Amino acid sequence: MKKDYTGIVKSLGAVLLGLIAGAILMVAIGANPFKGFFFLFRGGIQSIERFGNVFAIATTLILTGLSVAFAFRTGLFNIGAAGQMLIGGLCATVVGLSFDSLPRIILLLFMFVAALLGGAIWGIIPGLLKARFNVHEVVATIMMNWIAYWVVYYTIGNYFTAGLETESATLPAVAQLRLPWLTKLLNGSYLNLGIVISVLAVIVIKFILDRTTLGYELKAVGFNRHAARYAGIKVNRSIIMSMMIAGGLAGLAGLTYYTGYSTNIQIGILPNQGFDGIAVALLGATSPWGVFFSASFFGLLHAGKGFMSANTGIPPQISDTIIAIIIYFTATSLFIEKLWKKFKAGRAEKKKISTGGDEQ
Amino acid sequence: MKDMLDIIVNIFPYAIAFTVPLLITALGGLYSERSGVVNIGLEGLMVVGFFAGAVTIKALEVAIPNFSIVIGLVVGTVAGVIFSLLHAFASINLRADQVISGTAINMLAGALTVFLARTITGSGNIGIRLGIVRWDVPLLSKIPVIGPLFFSNTYYTTWIVLIIWGLSWFLLYKTSFGLRLRACGEHPHAAASAGVNVIRMRYIGVMFSGGLAGLGGAVMIATYAGEFNGTVAGLGFLALAALIFGQWKPLGILGAAFFFGFARTIANASQVIPQFESFPPLVLKIFPYVVTLIALVLFSKSSKAPKASGQPFDLSGK
Amino acid sequence: MEYIVEMLGIRKEFPGVLANDDVTVRLKKGEILALLGENGAGKSTLMSILFGLFHMDKGKIKVRGKEVTIHNPNDANDLGIGMVHQHFQLVQTFTVTENIIMGVEDGFVLDRKKAGKKIKELSVQYGLNINPDEKIEDISVGMQQRVEILKMLYRNAEVLIFDEPTAVLTPQEIHELMGIMKNLLKEGKSIILITHKLKEIKEIADRCTVIRRGKVIGTVEVEGTSTQQMADMMVGREVSFTVDKEDREAGDVVLEIDDLSVLNNRKTMGLKNFSLNVKRGEIMGIAGVEGNGQTELVEAITGLRKVESGSVRILGRDIAKDSIRKRNEAGIAHIPEDRQKFGLVMDYSLSENFALKSYYQKPYSKNGLLNQEVMDNHADKIIKDFDVRAGRGSKSPAYALSGGNQQKAILGREIDLDTDLLIAVQPTRGLDVGAIEYIHKRLVEQRDAGKAVLLVSLELDEILDLSDRIAVVNSGELIDLVVNNDDIDENDIGLMMAGVKRGEQQ
Repeated sequence: MKKDYTGIVKSLGAVLLGLIAGAILMVAIGANPFKGFFFLFRGGIQSIERFGNVFAIATTLILTGLSVAFAFRTGLFNIGAAGQMLIGGLCATVVGLSFDSLPRIILLLFMFVAALLGGAIWGIIPGLLKARFNVHEVVATIMMNWIAYWVVYYTIGNYFTAGLETESATLPAVAQLRLPWLTKLLNGSYLNLGIVISVLAVIVIKFILDRTTLGYELKAVGFNRHAARYAGIKVNRSIIMSMMIAGGLAGLAGLTYYTGYSTNIQIGILPNQGFDGIAVALLGATSPWGVFFSASFFGLLHAGKGFMSANTGIPPQISDTIIAIIIYFTATSLFIEKLWKKFKAGRAEKKKISTGGDEQ
Repeated sequence: MKDMLDIIVNIFPYAIAFTVPLLITALGGLYSERSGVVNIGLEGLMVVGFFAGAVTIKALEVAIPNFSIVIGLVVGTVAGVIFSLLHAFASINLRADQVISGTAINMLAGALTVFLARTITGSGNIGIRLGIVRWDVPLLSKIPVIGPLFFSNTYYTTWIVLIIWGLSWFLLYKTSFGLRLRACGEHPHAAASAGVNVIRMRYIGVMFSGGLAGLGGAVMIATYAGEFNGTVAGLGFLALAALIFGQWKPLGILGAAFFFGFARTIANASQVIPQFESFPPLVLKIFPYVVTLIALVLFSKSSKAPKASGQPFDLSGK
Repeated sequence: MEYIVEMLGIRKEFPGVLANDDVTVRLKKGEILALLGENGAGKSTLMSILFGLFHMDKGKIKVRGKEVTIHNPNDANDLGIGMVHQHFQLVQTFTVTENIIMGVEDGFVLDRKKAGKKIKELSVQYGLNINPDEKIEDISVGMQQRVEILKMLYRNAEVLIFDEPTAVLTPQEIHELMGIMKNLLKEGKSIILITHKLKEIKEIADRCTVIRRGKVIGTVEVEGTSTQQMADMMVGREVSFTVDKEDREAGDVVLEIDDLSVLNNRKTMGLKNFSLNVKRGEIMGIAGVEGNGQTELVEAITGLRKVESGSVRILGRDIAKDSIRKRNEAGIAHIPEDRQKFGLVMDYSLSENFALKSYYQKPYSKNGLLNQEVMDNHADKIIKDFDVRAGRGSKSPAYALSGGNQQKAILGREIDLDTDLLIAVQPTRGLDVGAIEYIHKRLVEQRDAGKAVLLVSLELDEILDLSDRIAVVNSGELIDLVVNNDDIDENDIGLMMAGVKRGEQQ
């Protein structure tokens, strides 16, 4: 029973420590931490539009978080979510701009599939390299990120800009994930169909991991690839399959970001959400619903940072810094675990004393 | 033919300038991995050195123009050492997953430096007025062919880095310190039974990697970058690839770094070289990354990585 | 001053286990003291404290009559105490010289030549043949052990601790080691020998201190004490040295290996032209010193290693090119050598572990969906049938079980598969006597039920107790195949393990 709480305690502990570190930083540059956090968190909830934006931002993070978390379960470190996101977004945008005469549902379906496939392919490549050639996926996925960066740069730049210099043409309404009635309902928030996609993804991934033979195999490979091999599981195939799914998820993240939250692709940028996905996955203890909640938390932090910056002069990078510190603390969770154990031991000790227990 | 030579002579300094930060950072990674700690955070440590160097130079360049750059290099190195302690503490004492800890370092460095830069200059970019002035080595630069290629238009940091590289080779293979360090990365228990303080050795290894990567970042601002803009564009990861490509040996790393430096330079200078005009720019731009992937494919199978690299050292075992 | 080393009232606790409980051990100068105990009794921990690798919670250590504190191996070395570890502490890619001087180098800059000379001199003085410039990965296991000994002598050790030194040696190399130890005594050294091998103690030790479950049971003069008496002290009750086994007629051939050749990890031939068969209703024991091809043999049969040439037939069908899963389905059960690395997924529950080879089949799953209830019921059955003790039953994670219970779990899973061939590799390694007896019983049961059992073990006694026929391997070759009856002498097998065929024995 205690086991179940330890994971949550570790995550909450990391968040707390990260926020404290953030407060220290604010003080260091001469700002008032209370004001800073007040505006930071209020920024996300103070209006229905802002609240919608929290989840609009979270949408993409849920998917990149799932991508990284899923790969983690198989023992792989997917730092390539950013590149997979770009390629997924590229495919979706290209389809959206080129086939805008199709009825909306068909078009969106095409775009969905295109993003899924694009991301999947971008994930399979490092997966293959790892399975067959033992290439470490960290360096391989970083290279893939930069290759994706330039592919988008020149593909959009040469064929799809329609006159603009550094971004693609705006997608026609029929190709966007935005729902006009939703946007109006939430006073202009960016919330879109993407949130449905991401929640569905959470449910599907959880199902795969917990209830299917595929999930059983992937987890076994992640926990102990020797025993998995002994059991007859094809380890290489699992690695490739895992990266394919992880890539597909990140591709969908690109779909939701570039055709939902935003309505075009800007070139020359490696999307931060790819790396934030790592933070989301770690904070969410690589469980699907954990990812959902930590992505929402990060959405809150990001939604409010502009508001905070405008009102206090604290640079918005404080959010990214806090997130990075939280990650550091989840990695060093042993530290938090020790504190937690000391705390519990201390309480047990106090109880002994108060009930007239043994002497020291 | 003469045109070709001219072009090579022209781009050579740029290639070297690009190679040097790569080399010194990869060398830092070598120390860390040889001691048994995987350091993915080289990218972040370079950014830290990049930032610290830029800030220092900018602050001092008016007051002490002659020494501001040297001081900037030193500050960049020290900043890298200090920042690397985060990774050292997490990986060695707390036995955290070293890849996650390294990633946290990268994220933290990226966010924190821009955060601080923004409080200094609203845009977050820190520009310096004058970098290192390039210099021809007396006598040596007059040698035909080799002279113009290697010894003219050089930055003095290149020579500093090469000296550090040479010293490192000696340190690792000819001294007791190097023997013990390498033992920590191959078989830490054997080192411990022989009385070596593995924890201390690994801290030293990580701190070296922090210092050298920080120096790499500082060299960037002092030589070709001119302005801090929040990122080193993947150079830290390229250094990691150079480490693998170079099979964890100083000589191999030298070759790998040169190779990557040149590949990158060719990609950037494609507009200037008429022979390359026919290649679509996309191909040139992704060339270094694709080549890296191919190199990794060729070299990862027979990996000569330090055997205990990446595994936390637990003395209180059975 | 009679005693050169005294460890008095030592107490050392690890989370959940009291490794040393008020232990007192004394070593006389110029003697060989054996520390006898089963696996996990606390002998290695005690000696690690003496060598400075662990710190004791309570107690005193005296060297040459003076009380000392030993914080790390350097302190131990300074006091003249050295240790030859069970698992060699050698860096594979370094040379002999580099391994020996590491930690005690003469100055900042290395002088390999000078050190090499000194090492060569030492090796001649003590009769330990060695070439200082060879890399560890290129020399034999016996030589590596000599490097470990030289390490201590280079540091002027006077007290030498040997931790289970004979586990990896052939009977002949063991004999050589005994000679080396007697030499060391002649040169004035004192030796502590950690072991659980009674025969070796009888051959070489002067006195013997017996440790059981962290406590000292007593210290005896070896000459006046029988192996039976020592064994009883070690275990705490009367030990039966043999297993009840009826004679059986073997049936038809289940496993047939023909001219099998397999590469080892060093890309040389690990198994050469190996031929063997195992019949229904018999236990075929593979005897040999570690590293002579047994691992390669088992991996080639189960599919974990590629077959270079030759055939492996199960019930007549050649499976040498089949995938691991197909071989499992063809009727092979495998109790692996390393239960934590291969046999179990430690983070999985027992339910999930028991389904490791069957999860993809009905009724455990259907159309890709797992049936948790079926898996749980199956797990409960095995837990009951095989007496697996686990706190939360089928929901317990594998890492929460003791070594003995983990092994029983694997045994249960594999036997439950009801296959024609059961391969058991080191099935009782690291287990206490109770668990060993149980597992031996179940293995004989399988043989009586008509299964073909292939038993691979490094413990010759286990092979002699259980096998109907014995195949001896050395350097990847089948040296001889004998029927295990009363004519068989352990010494004959020992010679075979060293490569000497029966006809050539003197």
